[in-house]
Amino acid sequence: MSARAAGTPAAAQAVVCRGLEYSFGHGRGKATRAVDGVDLTVRTGEVLGLLGPNGAGKTTTIRAITTLLPAGPGMVRVFGHDAARRPMEVRRLLGYVPQQLSADAGLTGRENVALFARVFDVPRAERARRVAQALAAVDLTDAADRMAATYSGGMVRRLELAQALVSAPRLLVLDEPTIGLDPIARTGVWERVEAVRRATGMTVLVTTHYMDEAERHCDRIALMDRGRIRALGTPAELKDGIRPDTPAGAEPTLDDVFRHYAGRDLADATEGDFGDVRRTRRTADRVG
Amino acid sequence: MSAVPAARPTASAEPPAPDPDPAPAPDLSLLLVPPRARTGWRLVPARVAAMCAVELQKLRHDRTELYTRAVQPALWLLIFGETFTRLKAIPTGGIPYLDYLAPGIIAQSAMFIAIFYGIMIIWERDSGVLTKLLVTPTPRAALVTGKAFAAGVKAVLQAVVVVLIAAALGVAMTWNPLRLLGVVAAVLLGSAFFSCLSMAIAGIVLTRDRLMGIGQAITMPLFFGSNALYPVDLMPGWLQAVSTVNPLSYQVDALRGLLIGTPSHLPLDFAVLAAAAAAGIAAASALLGRLAR
Repeated sequence: MSARAAGTPAAAQAVVCRGLEYSFGHGRGKATRAVDGVDLTVRTGEVLGLLGPNGAGKTTTIRAITTLLPAGPGMVRVFGHDAARRPMEVRRLLGYVPQQLSADAGLTGRENVALFARVFDVPRAERARRVAQALAAVDLTDAADRMAATYSGGMVRRLELAQALVSAPRLLVLDEPTIGLDPIARTGVWERVEAVRRATGMTVLVTTHYMDEAERHCDRIALMDRGRIRALGTPAELKDGIRPDTPAGAEPTLDDVFRHYAGRDLADATEGDFGDVRRTRRTADRVG
Repeated sequence: MSAVPAARPTASAEPPAPDPDPAPAPDLSLLLVPPRARTGWRLVPARVAAMCAVELQKLRHDRTELYTRAVQPALWLLIFGETFTRLKAIPTGGIPYLDYLAPGIIAQSAMFIAIFYGIMIIWERDSGVLTKLLVTPTPRAALVTGKAFAAGVKAVLQAVVVVLIAAALGVAMTWNPLRLLGVVAAVLLGSAFFSCLSMAIAGIVLTRDRLMGIGQAITMPLFFGSNALYPVDLMPGWLQAVSTVNPLSYQVDALRGLLIGTPSHLPLDFAVLAAAAAAGIAAASALLGRLAR
């Protein structure tokens, strides 16, 4: 469908990417193509999981959607706004939690959230109440006035969620929100995301390389590998899609789906560059 | 052009009940309404204020930096200043060398604070803090200006410390509030320039290690190639040329004129400092995006 036609469902889509390409390390013939022709549509109100190994291009895709990359080949629209050309309009609609633990350890939880209330122009009269609601939404009311440096990994993630929620975003973008967390903290993060989504109806775009999480918490899953979306659908659709190629009697899993479309196992496919892996490790260490 | 606040999608699942239901679920009513976008000229001052507020909050939680950073200027005044005052080797136009030195040390300590902002912004990039701020409706220039003023706020606090130490050592300085306001302005503008210089270099070299080397390499020439320690007239010709294009010299000239009352060129000093700060903000804003890719 064309995103250009006015009044078409394109504006009703939360995110539309068409032919998105991006290369790193230009010059000296060393360019690596991180994203190689991504077509992706996120429907308004859904939770879409971008699933793939390190180095698949998930974070680069997220960066294009969150206006962090300069305009390049291809097109990204967020609720109809061009991410490269109208970044300010897009940013007003976004709540973003990057892969790294990005809360400021030198501030309290409440101050961390208040900063984001300020930079999204929440009026002073309303700021304290809104910040309190965001902290309550992620169950951090009691810890709000402690320094973020004293928070556990799971608490920092929930704090970042509060930072993203305080501006009432229409699209919540979470880049590997549960990386390095223990299973209980992972569940805690997802429970908060789902509760907030039930209450607000916001669209959620989340990257992960945990198959089980994607299957349990996402309405649809986009399988990404080597810079491209290899398959897209609900977990059931994806599994049904490969049923003809599955041995009779066996129930296909998402792992099978990934192997079918990517030609290799998700577990074997980790090939992120040095910086990618270092970032992941650093986050995992800090969450530790 | 309109920065229309996001309308809540009507097709959302389970709109929250409008009646205040004291259920265990927390009240999220405000989180359903996007704040009204601030537009026009008020946007940048609001962001700058937010960035400065954060800097002050951090300093309130942890004053260690304030104390440790006071050590170096105190040593300069106590050791270097006291010794050279006795030497009487540097022609200062009839005032004690310690008095001559004090404004230079204010400028130096402000520059040393500011020159670390590039390293800080790379750290913020690595930790995701910067990335997240870049995804808020904050123009790059506002973010950079906010950081620049935050550096200035720190530097002003530092200047207060130096002024108090200098006063304790018997340096005769003005207490005229208008002149002190001028001192604050000169410190803010100088810090804005040097922090932006550092952030601009950060945007070019992109890694902390490289920036540390460059920071070391430029700080000392900027300091010694200025009138902070000695009059420009004493310098060899080539160093005088460096001093002429060195904003630190104009900052010191202004501070000295305002605090000690030596002959100075205040209009020129403030014009150069303002132009340098503006150029720094422009350069750092243009290069900031490179850090997020």
